[in-house]
Amino acid sequence: MAVGLDSGKKIGGVVLGLEGITLSFGGVQALQDVSFDVREHEVRAIIGPNGAGKSSMLNVMNGFYQPQQGVIRFRGREHCWMRPHAAAAMGIARTFQNIALFKGMTVLDNIMVGRNLKMRCNFLLQALRLGPAMREEIEHRRAAEEIIDFLEIQHIRRTPVGRLPYGLQKRVELARALAMEPAVLLLDEPMAGMNLEEKQDMCRFVLEVNDHYGTTVVLIEHDMGVVMDISDRVVVLDYGRKISDGTPDEVRSDQAVIDAYLGVAH
Amino acid sequence: MMHLLYSIFVDPFVQMGAAPDLLVQTLWDGLVSGVLYALIALGFVLIFKASGVFNFAQGIMVVFAALTLVGLAEHGVPAYVALALTIVVMLVLAVGVERLILRPLVDQPEIILFMATFGLTYFLIGLGELIFGGDPKVMIAGQLGLPSGSYRITMAGGYVQLQKIDIAAAIIASLMVAGLGILFNRTRIGRALRAVADSHRAALSVGISLEQIWVIVWFAAGVVALATGIMWGARSDVSFALETIALKALPVLILGGFTSIPGAIVGGLLVSVRQKVGEFYWGSLVGGGIESWFAYVIALVFLLFRPQGLFGERIIERL
Ligand SMILES: Nc1ncnc2c1ncn2[C@@H]1O[C@H](COP(=O)(O)OP(=O)(O)OP(=O)(O)O)[C@@H](O)[C@H]1O
Ligand SMILES: [Mg+2]
Repeated sequence: MAVGLDSGKKIGGVVLGLEGITLSFGGVQALQDVSFDVREHEVRAIIGPNGAGKSSMLNVMNGFYQPQQGVIRFRGREHCWMRPHAAAAMGIARTFQNIALFKGMTVLDNIMVGRNLKMRCNFLLQALRLGPAMREEIEHRRAAEEIIDFLEIQHIRRTPVGRLPYGLQKRVELARALAMEPAVLLLDEPMAGMNLEEKQDMCRFVLEVNDHYGTTVVLIEHDMGVVMDISDRVVVLDYGRKISDGTPDEVRSDQAVIDAYLGVAH
Repeated sequence: MMHLLYSIFVDPFVQMGAAPDLLVQTLWDGLVSGVLYALIALGFVLIFKASGVFNFAQGIMVVFAALTLVGLAEHGVPAYVALALTIVVMLVLAVGVERLILRPLVDQPEIILFMATFGLTYFLIGLGELIFGGDPKVMIAGQLGLPSGSYRITMAGGYVQLQKIDIAAAIIASLMVAGLGILFNRTRIGRALRAVADSHRAALSVGISLEQIWVIVWFAAGVVALATGIMWGARSDVSFALETIALKALPVLILGGFTSIPGAIVGGLLVSVRQKVGEFYWGSLVGGGIESWFAYVIALVFLLFRPQGLFGERIIERL
């Protein structure tokens, strides 16, 4: 894949820190004492074999799961549990491994829902279409159109998303997340199930978001080529534990990672 | 045999043609009680759409709202103040349901939530009887400014009688539906409601608060229940016998689709008109009493051939 890391962007301080996160479901240990951090403006990949706990980690970050132990530090503030609503309000947006869209609504409406938290006018003003509400609606429509242009989905803006093919649905999900103007964007396997061309497009979008808006990206991805290409740092999980953490090159040559991927017995 | 076929396929239509005034009267009666079915179904749909809960208590909410209103009036509270207070009570009920039922049970299977609404039903019956007693009461329609009496329109040698309260009911119901339509389609809250109906996970991820949405839909359903209770109470008594109207709304829901607001309205009108017309023209064939079961037969036919209802989204099992 021909997308390099040549933008010379500045990676800042730690924006999101996870310390000693432990999460279990009944007898299943999804995460065991996992700690790592995410720096501002970086692309941080989480990789690992199936069932390693990657999605669970993302769910802890945006509050879908409440860890039994550990703290989540976001912009210097400690949380034992991010509530989803609070996480969104603090600027954490996400997409899902199994797409979660508002299937009955159009692409545009899906994106407008993403602006939910940015709208201020009360519902009476909106219902009556009074001046301030109209201005607000127009302003948010403009923001939504900008995202639509950016992700090259103009032609489907009025289509109910349930009718779109898989690849485009993934793109709409990204669009909705971007509509939140997030500080941190969590992407759970955004390229899974895509063909090569779609993958390249998606890579380009992720990098452009990161570059253009300076959005911090946390990315789960199975395609090693993609991971090595677009991420600044990689954390590797296996059976709920962190087994490696570093630059793509460091991780690639780490014996523990090689063993995990080759399925060496523990 | 010939006689039977004749009385099924010919005679009723001859009667309709011979006395169009009676036909119009029957249709009108059907439409009017259809408005009430539609309102109850609307309450169901609101809650079902936003929280996936089949609210068994919708019928009793109608009674409870009407009882509260009448009970307050009996204690000397002026009618409009009582109305406002009842709306506040419905808001308190919505907040209570969200805190005490929905929030603790959030990730439980739907059947558990359904059972919880059974519990709510009996709680509301008990509470209503405790506070206001079990005797039937008279709706304070007059004090609320609702008209009484009727218009008589002569036509085709006969006349059609239109109760003013029925006309008022139709107008109020239409206004309510229009209001909900505007809320759903124009506002941020409406968009959030539709979003929650589609996907809880996705709605949460963009910062929509499920708790807030649940309070809003239960409150909206409560206000719809109050309106239904006033209208229904104005035509008969306010008593717990009213609760069975919830069961009558079931065929309406099956016909209209559980998730469709237009479906609830059209379904309500259709079911009721067919009931009345069926009873009037074909009822004697089976010894009368069609009204009480005919709707269920229609519903059954729909379940067999169009399970998603008239307007409901198509149910496609993904394998
Ligand atoms: N809601 C849940 N209830 C019960 N167990 C769960 C739940 N979510 C995750 N798990 C379990 O936790 C473990 C980690 O799952 P997780 O989905 O985080 O893995 P993953 O790394 O994302 O895997 P994949 O690459 O297949 O997506 C698995 O054993 C899974 O079965
Ligand atoms: Mg996963």
